[in-house]
Amino acid sequence: MAFPAALQAEFEELIKNYPDRKAGLIPALHRCQEDLGGWITPEIMEDCAEFFGLEPVEVYGVASFYPMFKLKPQGEHVIGVCHNLSCDLRGAQAVLARVIEKTGAKVGSRSADGKFTVEVLECQGACTNAPMFDLDGVYHEDLDEARVDEILDGLR
Amino acid sequence: MSAPELYLLERAGREGSETLSVYHGSGGYKALEKVLKTPLTQAEVISEVREAGLRGRGGAGFPTGLKWSFMPDHEKDSRKRYMVVNADESEPGTCKDRVLMREDPHGLIEGCLIAAFAMRIDAVYIYVRGEYRKPYNRLQAAIDEARAAGLVGDAIMGSEFSCEIHMHKGAGAYICGEETGLMESLEGKRGHPRPKPPFPAGVGLWGQPTTVNNVESIFNVPFIIDRGATWFARLGSEESRGNFLCGISGHVERPGVYEVPLGTPAREILEDYAGGIWKGRSLKAWFPGGSSTGLLPPDLIDTPMEHDSIKAIGSMFGTGAMIILDETACTVRASEVLARFYDHESCGQCSQCREGTEWLHQIFRRIEEGGGSMEDIANLERLAMGMAPGKTICALADAAAIPTLAVIKHFKNELVAHVEQGCCPLKANTARAQEVRV
Repeated sequence: MAFPAALQAEFEELIKNYPDRKAGLIPALHRCQEDLGGWITPEIMEDCAEFFGLEPVEVYGVASFYPMFKLKPQGEHVIGVCHNLSCDLRGAQAVLARVIEKTGAKVGSRSADGKFTVEVLECQGACTNAPMFDLDGVYHEDLDEARVDEILDGLR
Repeated sequence: MSAPELYLLERAGREGSETLSVYHGSGGYKALEKVLKTPLTQAEVISEVREAGLRGRGGAGFPTGLKWSFMPDHEKDSRKRYMVVNADESEPGTCKDRVLMREDPHGLIEGCLIAAFAMRIDAVYIYVRGEYRKPYNRLQAAIDEARAAGLVGDAIMGSEFSCEIHMHKGAGAYICGEETGLMESLEGKRGHPRPKPPFPAGVGLWGQPTTVNNVESIFNVPFIIDRGATWFARLGSEESRGNFLCGISGHVERPGVYEVPLGTPAREILEDYAGGIWKGRSLKAWFPGGSSTGLLPPDLIDTPMEHDSIKAIGSMFGTGAMIILDETACTVRASEVLARFYDHESCGQCSQCREGTEWLHQIFRRIEEGGGSMEDIANLERLAMGMAPGKTICALADAAAIPTLAVIKHFKNELVAHVEQGCCPLKANTARAQEVRV
């Protein structure tokens, strides 16, 4: 296995930003997750280890430390509902309940049809527009149940 | 309320505020030009920032010019030197830097260049939390635009000054907002904070001299250079100068990020800026500067929002992010949510923090669910005292202990009521969607 040529070229450029190429690991894991199926597979860890001069277990150590890196397959759409304080005060639990109801996914796992993964997130830094969720990397803010319906119905 | 002089959000929200042309059109890069064309010396720039009295906006309130002066003398220390902009904004309640990066990225870039000039920095890294995709993309586009215009890279504005600015994405760990955890993360590792000393100015990124500054701190710099330390010192209060971005969230009519002179009473921010408590209700509790500063009771709401006044009431100014709880909110529930957060975010290096945050979470949860005892309340206090102050490598343990001690100090009645009634007296307002063990 090796990275697709485009990613390989991108990472060759990326490491020029740093005096030590290992610093490119976290940005590279992001790009792999974006382009190569939505999660960090064991193969990706091996490829990153080779490229950055690390042991695969070191890459695993990094990938498993950061909540944004997913270590198992994700649904076609990933919905992360913030449940920290500012969101909690303005109805995050109602938003979460609606998301669960609409998608049929339990928190932390995929819906049976593989379409959705639902997760809860700690503070996303959108506190003045609470409650919010992140859908496939895009923030949706100032949510209420009607708005959740509108957004999720738009995906089907 | 007399209209205060505003500058931080002058451009924000304007059509094309993120572009070089709008930035140029409103006086942008004038301060950098002043530095390079006058030309000012490195020492003159640092001394202007020191005289202005700018205090860091990331949470600690440390004087920015003084921090800069800690970088070693370049004639005696020829090592490469780095600057990191801490844009890992993750303190619950805090969402101000996101506005600056998204709405006015060139302001941050100009500040980086001036700071880099003053400290003879070889490269700047802007470490942005990974979830902030839009601010990241806006900043990256602005850097590309500035580079094409000869403002980033080699021989900036035709001078001898050269500087690279690189964007770097974090991946969702709160601990990477701690400056040494951030540096570990930037080097491609787990974000485990480093013991201090040595401090970053001596041994930082890749062992080289490094300065780590918050976005809003750096954003203030071009204004100080352009308009002068005397202008800046007129704004705000005597010991905390300038304006700050106050994110106010929770139970208010108009949550938002407002530009406010330091020293403005918290009540004025709550009532005049944020429209007061929502739904005509009354104030039960408030955080002055993010979750780590702890809950305060309503009778302290007239306190001026600036570092020393907030410290005098036993709290911290922090990031200046106010979180407001109305009379229907439960302070035990709020404590449980935050204890869960610190439990989730502890990096696990120090046992006091790794074990302590988990215990705090479990005990607050048990009390909130009605299974708590008076001994649990005593244990919360014992645990918090065992975690802080200064018992761990970094301040995350303190950040978990402070709100625990604050809720016991100011809202013990509510903890006791949960124990005595065997349930949350405000349960109807705090129901969970489902049991979520994190």
